[in-house]
Amino acid sequence: MKVSIEVNGKAVTEEVEDRTLLVHYLRENAGLTGTNIGCDTTSCGACTVLLDGESVKSCTVLAAQADGHRVMTVEGLAGEDGELHPVQRAFREQHGLQCGFCTPGMMMASVSLLAHNPKPTREEVREGLEGNLCRCTGYHNIVSAVIDASGQEVDR
Amino acid sequence: MSIVGTRVVRIEDQKLITKGGTYVEDVREEALTGAVHAMFVRSPIAHARITSIDTAEALAAPGVVAVYTAADLDLGPRQAGPVVEPWLASDVVRYVGEPVALVLTEHRYQLADAAELIDIDYDPLDAVASIDAALSDETLVFPDMGSNVVQVNGMPEFPADTFDGCEVVVTQTIVNQRVAPAPLEVRGAACAWGEDDRLTVWLSTQNAQIGRTLLAAGLGVGEEKVRVITPDVGGGFGAKIGSDPEPVVLGWAAQRAGRPIRWTETRSENLTSMTHGRAQQNTVTVGGRRDGTVEVFRLDVVQDAGAYPRTLFLPTLTELMASGVYHFPKIETRSRGVVTTTTPIAAYRGAGRPEATAAIERAMDLFATEIGMDPAEVRKANFIRPEEFPYKTKSGANYDTGEYAQALDKVLDAAGYAGLRAEQRRRREAGEPVVLGLGIASYVEITGGDSGGESGRVDINPDGTVTAYTGSSPHGQGLDTSLTMLLSDQLGIPMERISIRHGDTDEVPKAIGTFGSRSLQLGGSAVRQAADKVIANAREIAADMLEAAPEDLELNVDEGAWQVRGAPASGSVDWVQLAARAEQGVLSADVWFGEGSPTFPFGAHLAVVDVDTETGKVVVRRVIAADDAGPVINPLAFRGQRHGGLGQGVAQALLEVMAYDPDGNPTTATLADYSFITATELPDFELVDSATPTTRNLLGVKGIGEAATIGSTPAVHNAVVDALAHLGVRHLDMPTTPQRVWEALSAKGEAK
Ligand code: FES
Ligand code: FES
Repeated sequence: MKVSIEVNGKAVTEEVEDRTLLVHYLRENAGLTGTNIGCDTTSCGACTVLLDGESVKSCTVLAAQADGHRVMTVEGLAGEDGELHPVQRAFREQHGLQCGFCTPGMMMASVSLLAHNPKPTREEVREGLEGNLCRCTGYHNIVSAVIDASGQEVDR
Repeated sequence: MSIVGTRVVRIEDQKLITKGGTYVEDVREEALTGAVHAMFVRSPIAHARITSIDTAEALAAPGVVAVYTAADLDLGPRQAGPVVEPWLASDVVRYVGEPVALVLTEHRYQLADAAELIDIDYDPLDAVASIDAALSDETLVFPDMGSNVVQVNGMPEFPADTFDGCEVVVTQTIVNQRVAPAPLEVRGAACAWGEDDRLTVWLSTQNAQIGRTLLAAGLGVGEEKVRVITPDVGGGFGAKIGSDPEPVVLGWAAQRAGRPIRWTETRSENLTSMTHGRAQQNTVTVGGRRDGTVEVFRLDVVQDAGAYPRTLFLPTLTELMASGVYHFPKIETRSRGVVTTTTPIAAYRGAGRPEATAAIERAMDLFATEIGMDPAEVRKANFIRPEEFPYKTKSGANYDTGEYAQALDKVLDAAGYAGLRAEQRRRREAGEPVVLGLGIASYVEITGGDSGGESGRVDINPDGTVTAYTGSSPHGQGLDTSLTMLLSDQLGIPMERISIRHGDTDEVPKAIGTFGSRSLQLGGSAVRQAADKVIANAREIAADMLEAAPEDLELNVDEGAWQVRGAPASGSVDWVQLAARAEQGVLSADVWFGEGSPTFPFGAHLAVVDVDTETGKVVVRRVIAADDAGPVINPLAFRGQRHGGLGQGVAQALLEVMAYDPDGNPTTATLADYSFITATELPDFELVDSATPTTRNLLGVKGIGEAATIGSTPAVHNAVVDALAHLGVRHLDMPTTPQRVWEALSAKGEAK
């Protein structure tokens, strides 16, 4: 079937098998390998992208379901001029990543979290990111990064 | 001004946060054009005889390029300790997840369809799914071996009179449960044979060079025939050190099929087929006096090696580190490795040392409880004192430096220990349903303990930029930034002009890699030594150019230029000019830093937990940690490594276990079942800093990658038991899940 998705502001139209997952569509058809796959049970959040502005786990959405919709991936976060998104800047500044594998999904989930709760507490960040696993950081600095991105003082 | 020791944001991050890294699955090299996809068909049964394999239907399925089984393979035998581990199982399978066949298809989605069509008949045998089952030798995993015990170290039998004369003797068997390393990036490889009959493998590994050696040996070709490239790696934690059969089978298959191959395992495969960690059952016995002095410590280790004992060093390391931070006059240890019909065991963050620390630190608490002393005081009464270093333990470790009491005091101070104990008393007396527990763990760790060195090379290029090559192979540790900082300080060249290369066996032919927290102390020292050589060489050239004596020259690191000491006006030469004068325009030095003496980081952790006696739920309120690994190059990375270690350590104490039913079926084989810790279960970490240098390498540094994992697990474990102590609970095995806590309370008639 033919699937058309606006990915990071650009239209992508591809002929794919019906069962193609959005994550594979993004990685293989749209050529954007920033979105990662860490599990087969919708548990890890590595594949999180924004679908019409809402975070979804793209390993659990069929490309066909995104037909005619807007998707944003990690590659679409920075501005045209390369200016980092506040969440990207904060992840770097707060050392919110180590191996980086969870990071694209983690940042997309953070963008969505902040859209719903612009000034979260550390507790709220922890709850908001519960669906995103990180094996490297112990989460401490990820929480700090989200607090920083929200414009609040990081005191730890 | 020196940047070493200051907080420097990582240079690694720019790409990771904008495009995502280039992990194996993201590699889009031309050599991989037309690659087929691979999937291993794995045993669904723990222990069985394979009676037939029929691949005909699968071979006829859409997109199938090839199906291979052991009958097709013509690889030499593969040794795993004393036994032979098949590349693909042919007659007997010994764990759920063991590879039996390989399927290659044109498209990824065809793999699972084709795999289902392979008809394998299994005739089940009895499983050996626990250490106790293994020790009974009722069912043998390898009948030819005559026993499931495949390795014995230390004292074969303990003397009967060891504890005679001790005022107090406590003993306890402590399970250090099996856990899954579960890096977020699962295992993967992509490989292609070139026209030059040379195999290139992009591999998610912690050490490209060892990967190359294993591939070449497995395939029976010379090492020059194999190139391994490590792209970005999404975590390793010891499990990507690499003794897996898969890459070799893939290399073989790529040749046989005449096609490049891409392989990425699924998460469920990862949880059953990537090596697991820990899996020890340790019996500790402490004998001592009522004043708190320990006189004898005995540790009896049983290591579950899984189905194939690929690595037998874990129990050996546990024995070596048995006595921890204590000055015990007498130590007795023994270890036995047993095989079971479960996933093979190998290194996982700390590898052997967390197990040693968990045993001794639980034992110290049991001893403290027995004599009615505060656990902090008991520890202090037995610490090795600073003036005793270097200190050779009775189990054979040669500690470099340590300030064990200081580390514990700092943590107790930072936590407000006395106040917390008062709160605990108050809450107990008030009969609150949620009780407070405090857990201490003092630890010593061994890093760079493999005694091998590491390679380092520094090139000053014609344009004055620097390219440094390291044999270390970071995967999230921030080593590029740390090495860049070191070189910038040393050479007086700005960080932006320095690049670090690693993980390609053509660029760095000789190396050992990243494990055992060895990177900075060995890899960093190697780069330091190479830069020292470059500087020595540069001094000669500069002297010639400036017509001065070499010893009169100095490198002005602020300017990045050489000048005559005390007479800057007499001229200077910079790195560009020097490189131009050097042979071939590159000033270069290539070294092997071979002084691989281990170093011994140490620390103390305190965990504060709330335990709900009505539900059994444990909430970690605070973790206060001192982790001393000598001078810190980049506090940002240093603290990040500690956070990560703390997270994984707490996870083992509270939640994580790779579990099997009695038939050897894994019951935690997906991330939906395996209790991977999330952000909500962890607190903010409170880090206390301290830095005691070592004399055993050029930088004075010790490793930090695994340290915090080692301390945090027993701290949290002890805290949970401490919370319940007044209710009569003496010991609980990990993970201290709500159910386990609740059951322990029920057994005491204390569940509310
Ligand atoms: S890959 Fe989508 S949640 Fe894990
Ligand atoms: S940074 Fe490695 S998994 Fe999060």
